[in-house]
Amino acid sequence: MTPRIIDANINLGRWPTRRFPLDDPTRLTQALRQQGVVEAWAGAFDALLHRDLGSVNARLARECQAERTIRLVPFGSVNPAQPDWKEDLRRCVEDHRMPGIRLYPNYHGYTLEHPGLVELLDLAAQRNLVVGLCLMMEDERMMLPRLRVPPVNAKPLASLVSRIKGLRLLLLNSLSLLNGPTLQKVVQAGEVSVDLSMREGAGGLSSLISLVSRERILFGSYAPSLYMESALLKIQESDLDAPTRLAILEQNAQRLLSARTERPTSIDTQATHPRERTASP
Amino acid sequence: MVVEIWDLHCHLSGVPGDTPEARLGELVKYADRLGINRLCVYMGMTWSYDPSPAEFRKQNDEVLRALKRWPDRAFGFVYLNPKHVKESLAELDRCVRDGPMVGVKLWVAHKANNPELDPIVDRATELKAVIFQHTWIKTTGNLPGESTPMELAELAGRHPSAQLICGHTGGDWEQGIRAVRSRPNIAVDLAGGDPVAGITEMAVRELGAERVLYGSDAAGRSFASQLAKVRGANLPDPAKRLILAENLKRMLRPILQAKGVKV
Repeated sequence: MTPRIIDANINLGRWPTRRFPLDDPTRLTQALRQQGVVEAWAGAFDALLHRDLGSVNARLARECQAERTIRLVPFGSVNPAQPDWKEDLRRCVEDHRMPGIRLYPNYHGYTLEHPGLVELLDLAAQRNLVVGLCLMMEDERMMLPRLRVPPVNAKPLASLVSRIKGLRLLLLNSLSLLNGPTLQKVVQAGEVSVDLSMREGAGGLSSLISLVSRERILFGSYAPSLYMESALLKIQESDLDAPTRLAILEQNAQRLLSARTERPTSIDTQATHPRERTASP
Repeated sequence: MVVEIWDLHCHLSGVPGDTPEARLGELVKYADRLGINRLCVYMGMTWSYDPSPAEFRKQNDEVLRALKRWPDRAFGFVYLNPKHVKESLAELDRCVRDGPMVGVKLWVAHKANNPELDPIVDRATELKAVIFQHTWIKTTGNLPGESTPMELAELAGRHPSAQLICGHTGGDWEQGIRAVRSRPNIAVDLAGGDPVAGITEMAVRELGAERVLYGSDAAGRSFASQLAKVRGANLPDPAKRLILAENLKRMLRPILQAKGVKV
């Protein structure tokens, strides 16, 4: 039976320094659908280097809404180091009805100890947003020398998470940086999930489950940057039982977003979730 | 359709098991789930950047022990250090000429363009062994003895009949592929980097499918993420078959035939 997959980690647009074979939205969504993906949570590559995030987020929302092959759920970007970032957050929630946001501290030039970040996470928690925190976007060893962006220093992460009541955090591209007890500490600090896109090692997914429990792991391909078969084959490599497959491929992501919509928001209690607005495939 | 898969690049580190054979057994377990038939294994349970002769002999002993338990599933490459030429040549004879190993592994002890590699490459070529040289172009800076693909290309120019493999396609594959493009006796190993979409398509476009080899760098890397570089590539099936097994088979056939191994 073809699995139903929710992919919690894709991006629309073009990577700044190379083309990917699937960086056209039509080809990308067709390929995702062929692999059994029914819904994908999308950020925008433009958010990394563009300063006009209002425009990036509006474009992302439009592109997601226009897609009919699969459900695309937009995750806009907010940079708490920019002036008037709260307006970007407001637009994500009120204008674009986004269920979550993505943050890129390393590309946006702030650390996890930036006071604006604490405020942003607090507001996101109050508004019941899922916060996708991208710890890296590319192996630092491979970066263009003039575009070196070191990974986020995740040391303060557990302490940060424990301070923000109600925060729903999804760590993206995090698992080549976080492992073992450090990862456990972060995940246990609050409601923290991880996507599996950068988990490595033979049987790496099995060992990840024993570290953080299956409920905290979401399927994430990081397409189109990575071959999406990587995430799919990791499921096969780790020979998961049916309930675990189901949890990772679909249910954990469903629960993360539905938990969000079950909670009242202080901004707009009538907001309709994109999953309800967009036509089914 | 069942496609044969030979994995060029596996290690005994990063995987549970108290003995080399137990560790190789773990690798075989994961490989089986993905339909990978054969594994090339090199280096021991504990690594050393710049091993003494005693250290590389110990690591090779561990590989030999693992091969003994899994003779139908694995091939071994002998790990050498060109800073110790005399001892490396003796080890090459012990493990390849007189033993079951079929290739040479050179890591980060000494750069590939150094003249000390010449007698090792000559001897390996006489024995029909393939030579795998780790390479990387790191934006963050290479280790002191870590080779770039450009340095490997220099070595290839001095040894046109040697069968050389550019480990990791140079890491920074967009540069690595260009660096070895003009050296037809260099094939590239896809293993060990993130499965960034486009690596395999570029390698095939610039080098031809005959010079591209699937490898995983397991157990540090997932078999899955690395296999995806071929499974997910926008390439015709015949090209994928070459990359997954046929190229490596072609390169190893002379030494396997000399050893009486049927594949």
